[in-house]
Formats: sequence, structure tokens, C-alpha cells
Amino acid sequence: MDQIRRQSLSVLVDNESGVLSQVSRMFSRKGYNIESLAVGTTDNPAVSRITIEVMANDQQTNLLCNQLRKLLPVHSVKLLDLEKSIRRELILLKVHTASNDACNRAIQIANIFRASIIDVSTTTLTIAVIGDARKTEAIIDLVKEFGVLELVRTGMVALERGADTIYEATKEKGEFDYGKNVL
Amino acid sequence: MLMTGAKILMECLLEQEVDTIFGYPGGTILNVYDELYNYGDKIRHYLTAHEQGAAHAADGYARSTGKVGVCFATSGPGCTNLTTGIATAYMDSSPIVFITCNVNEGLLGKDAFQEVDITGITMPITKCNYMVRDVKKLADIVREAFAIARSGRPGPVLIDIVKNVTAEKTEFTPLPRDEHAMHGKLGALIRRASHDLKTPEPDIGDVERLVDMIRDSKKPLLVCGGGVVRSRAHKEFLALAERMDTPVAITVMGGGGFCGRNPLTTGIIGMHGSQASNMACDACDLLVAVGCRFSDRVALDPPTFAKQAKIVQIDIDRAEINKNVEVDHHIIGDAKRVLQLINERLEQQNHEAWKDYVFSFKTEVEYDSGHEHTMTPKQISDTIAKTCPQDTIVATDVGQHQMWVIQHFHYDYPGQLLTSGGFGTMGFGLGAAIGAKVGNPEKTVIHITGDGCFRMNCHELCTEEFYKLPIITIIYNNQTLGMVRQWQTLIYNGHYSQTTLERGPDFVKLAEAYGLGGKRVCTVDELEAALKEALASDHGYVIDCAIEMDEMVRPMVPVGEKITKFLVV
Repeated sequence: MDQIRRQSLSVLVDNESGVLSQVSRMFSRKGYNIESLAVGTTDNPAVSRITIEVMANDQQTNLLCNQLRKLLPVHSVKLLDLEKSIRRELILLKVHTASNDACNRAIQIANIFRASIIDVSTTTLTIAVIGDARKTEAIIDLVKEFGVLELVRTGMVALERGADTIYEATKEKGEFDYGKNVL
Repeated sequence: MLMTGAKILMECLLEQEVDTIFGYPGGTILNVYDELYNYGDKIRHYLTAHEQGAAHAADGYARSTGKVGVCFATSGPGCTNLTTGIATAYMDSSPIVFITCNVNEGLLGKDAFQEVDITGITMPITKCNYMVRDVKKLADIVREAFAIARSGRPGPVLIDIVKNVTAEKTEFTPLPRDEHAMHGKLGALIRRASHDLKTPEPDIGDVERLVDMIRDSKKPLLVCGGGVVRSRAHKEFLALAERMDTPVAITVMGGGGFCGRNPLTTGIIGMHGSQASNMACDACDLLVAVGCRFSDRVALDPPTFAKQAKIVQIDIDRAEINKNVEVDHHIIGDAKRVLQLINERLEQQNHEAWKDYVFSFKTEVEYDSGHEHTMTPKQISDTIAKTCPQDTIVATDVGQHQMWVIQHFHYDYPGQLLTSGGFGTMGFGLGAAIGAKVGNPEKTVIHITGDGCFRMNCHELCTEEFYKLPIITIIYNNQTLGMVRQWQTLIYNGHYSQTTLERGPDFVKLAEAYGLGGKRVCTVDELEAALKEALASDHGYVIDCAIEMDEMVRPMVPVGEKITKFLVV
């Protein structure tokens, strides 16, 4: 229960300036470092979805979720069960390929991981790979021998498996909405 | 109609029926004050000595009247001076709309003269805040700000308007207040809710479960928190207490939520709670807390707090549930409505034996009154209670005097006690008293302070004098920062590090310098005479009361200890 582990939160918010800093402030205030962050609009352009990953214990995570749910621009917060969710991130890797041989081996590794080569120069290859943490870490480890010149990741995005969505109206969500009543 | 931003702001304030503003002008907010000049017959502006005083005054006005307080300040130091006042209001859920202006749009982010990112600074101490950079959005934002400040769990909201917006013109369409929620972002907020907010109701199943729990309980305890005061649910709370036939413990913020002279009350609970309250908390089998967040001054040690009891929390803010203390059951809703629903379902209970047990403990401490030239804290509160009208509003600062006047003075209705319970702001009282007197001119307003607190913001005496607000300031003068000294005595081996205040000014001469009356008193008779003189005069009055330096607030439970582990009784 009190074990610190990776927690993944999905947050629906108004797509407006200042909202992201309000959300991220909540984490710094409680003393957590954000391990991964991904933000983008949803099918509704007025609403953004933020996926945040932190290392925290369950009780603190629940408090964090409650404080987030209380914010007016936050529509809903879902703490994802990592076992029952699909998590993916995209990473771009620029690899140093000093020789033809290195270049060929890098391409082979990319193929094994179903990664794509998206740019090439006489001395570098840029590889794009999508996957969960295990897959991306594995490919990074393998290409290290060539020399990684640059690496960038989008941050983890995640969805629950099955028919469940973040839009479900639970009793708890109703309770938070009650507090936001402006009549 | 085509109007400037400043005029739109004034019209929006009138829509909200605002007739009182506390504030301080400056460079960037000049356009607003220029327009205020034209609205002088409809909106009265109170100019304080310092922005912090204005913020506390708006707070005192809001707490005592139940209306939304309004406070103006300029950019830069003007708005940073507000921050202590904003945080005070935020911690105690007081509805205030702060309106500040910032530098011209073109200068934003260039470290212009008196520029500061006030929306960034106040993000953690406001319910929400806005920066207005488009005059077309101004009216909507002001309407939204007021609705948010007063709804749900009330709280401060800040609107920062860039100066050019106050001068730019746009079409303004007046909108009655009832229709605000249907328009703009407020409408969107309501539409996106997962259930119908037009008729918000607490969950009936939750209410019925609590009623069953109350029926099953042999030793219940009710806790009256600040939520009862904010929701003005004192009548419903009294009805429930009588129906349940149970002892009632009151938190510092709950003062006024339940009549302090009712025989069911055990006095305050927590660090300086009475023996009866704290023993009842430890022995009860059901603890029902209404509008109480179990702060560290109430639930000093959460794992042992009401350990034998099932704990039930009634709150409007879902984020407070299980935050400090794990509860067994909760109901989300406005205290007034939840209590009505419980009262409709619950039949009369009877707990004679339990009440006898609880009231076998003291609800108030006794003092030895063997001092010749000083008074005891209880003597002072008793003299005030005897001499002043029963509905006197009391505004306090923070420290020993605050605890004493909460322990010994009885509050009958919400808004009678104005105190900074959450943030513990020294210097809150005088500003709050000014706001309370402005909002309740027919009532007597007393400002209770200590010599340390009074020094912090006593410059507001000039505001009191200028606006002819006959507030009575009573200083519990012990020549020391008493609460800190008490800790130093009990916990820090009597090392009185930087707490002794054997220094000026002469508070009587200070009062006279501001054009007010003043008197130094050492005995109950002198205090009574001074109070009578103060009540009869039409201007403010400062009474400097001598008390013992080593008088303590009793009982006291140390931080983080079990609630019955009294350090002093």
C-alpha cells in the first residue's frame, strides 16, 4: 500500500493557457517529480488530455487526484491501473554510424523492433520507435554501442483496455462536480 | 452600449449588487479609479493605510455579512501586499473578489515598472484567477469570478486586468445576475457536470446511512466546523444537536455555528480544546463532523483521533474527505441542506448517561485571580460580555488572546466571530473589524488583539478614524509574544528568544495621535468604565489591558500528540 511505484494519471482539462501549470504545480507542491508528461487536445478541441506519470505511493496519489479533481478547469481524473492499460510513447534517436557496418547493424536492430528509419546522413541515422517502457529501453540499450547523439521522447500516453473510458459518470465524479456548482 | 473596460467593470460590480469596496489606488489601476469617481453615489470606496489592511477588511466584510467582499489594488507591490490577505481568505474559505491591474499589454514580460506576475504568485492561494487581456472578455470573467467566489466552498478569486483593457471600448450588454450561469464559461461548467446541478442534492442513500449510524450510536459527538458558519446552517445544526441529544464540540472556525452558551456545547476541541471536548472525542463511538477538515490543530495525531469511533464527515468539498483523517462515511453537500435532510429523517434520541460522563469534565478552565495590577483572560472576556450588547461582533488577531476569547466568549450566530483560524495571520483583526463595521454599522464591533499583533497593522487606526468607525480595540497586553513564550516555557527550556516586547509605543498616546480615545486599564472596574466610555463615544477607542506575562492558554495538547495527552490543564 505504502510502496512507492510508478503511477499513471489521465486528466481531462480545459484547453486554455495556465491550466497545465496549475496541474503541474500540484505535483511540485506535494514534492513529486513528474517522470513523464504528455499533453494534447482530444476529439473536442476545447478539451485537452494530460497523461502524467509520477513515482508515489497509493495514498499520496489519491490525495493528488482529489486535489486535481477540485480544480475548476479539470473535468475528470482517472488513475490508471497499469496492468489494465495500454501505455505507449514515441522516441526519436539520432545514432552515430561511423562505418557502413555500424549503419547496417543499426538498421537491423531497428527492423527487429519494427522501428522506422526516418532520416539518414553520411554519419548518422535517426530512428523512430513506438512502444512501452520495456521496448524503448531495450532499443536504447542496443544502439548505445554506436553512440547516441540525441534522444527525445514524447512522454507516455495511455488508455484503459476494454470498453471503460474516462468519461464515465461515477458517484465520486458527481461529488466533485457538486463542489464546482456555480449556481 | 459602447463602454470602456473600466466602466464595464463598474457596471459588472453593480450587477453583483456591490456597494462597498476596500482598496488602494496606483498607476496601473488609475482608469478604474477614474471611473469609480463617477460611480461614487452607488459604490463606496474605503481607502486603507496599506493593501493588506484592505484585503483583511474585505475579508471581515465578507465573513460578517455573508456577501462577497471586493478589494482593489494596483500592480506590483500593490498586489503583492494583498497576498497575505488572499492566503488568509483562502485558508478560511472566505469569498472575496480581488481586482488588480497590470501594466499595458505591450510591456508585459518586460519587467516594466511595478510589473509582477500576480496570477502566477496567487495560483496556490486562490480558488481560481484570471488575467484579462481582451476587453471583450472582461464582463464574462467578472461574472464568473463572483459566481465562483461565492459558490461551493467559497474562496478568494483574483482578476488581473492589463491597463490598456481598462481604457479600450467594447459593447456591453447588461445581464441580470440570475442569468449569468446560463452564459459564457459558467454555462459550460454547468453543462459538463455529470449530474444536474440546477437542483443539487446530497445523496439520499448517504444521508440515510448516517441516520442509521446515529440511531445505532450510544455515545455520539457532533463537531461544528467552519462549514456550518459559511453555510449559515446554525439553525439546522442546533436542531440536529437537540434531536441527537449529544455533546457538541466546536472548532475555532466553527465559532458562531453553534451557540456557545447552549448547555450541549463542550467548548472548543483540539490543541486548546476543553477537557470535555477532547475526552468526548476520545471516548465517543460516533463522531459526526460538519464542515470540518480535521486540521492538525484539531486532529493533532490522526491515527489516534477518535479511535473508538466511526467518523463521518459532512463537507461540500470532496477533496477534504480522507485528506487528514480516514473517515468511515461521508456526505457531500451544503451543510444546511444535508442537516435539513438528516433532521427530516431522524427521531429524537436520548443520551443522558453519555452526556453526564462528558460533562463530568470541565468545559472551561479556571484562573487564580490573585493579581493586583493585572486581569485574567476570563475576567476580560466576562467584562466584555457583561458590558457590550450580546450580538457584538468580535474580530481577533492571532495568539493567546485569540484562544482566550474563543474559549471564554460565547458566540451566538455565524459571522459573530472573525478570526484567522487556518492561516493564523497576525495583524488580521483590525482590518477585519473595519470591514465588519462597514458591513454591520448597527452592531458593536470589538477588535481583540495582543500587543504583538497590534503593532503589525495598527496603522489602520487612521482608516478607522477617517471613516468614523467606532471600533473598540482591546489589547491583551502581556509585554510578550505570549503564545510563542508559552511554547518556550513548556518545550524550549524557558529560552525566551526574541519574544519579550518590553518596548513602546504607548498605545494610549498612539490612539490619541490617530484622533481616537485610549485608556490603560489594570482592573475589572477600570475596564468596565473604559468600555462604557468607548460604547458611548462615536469614535474608535483603544483599551490597553494589563495581563500577566506568564499567563497560559490552557489546556494545551502538544503538536502531534493524542488529543487527551494534556501538557497543561
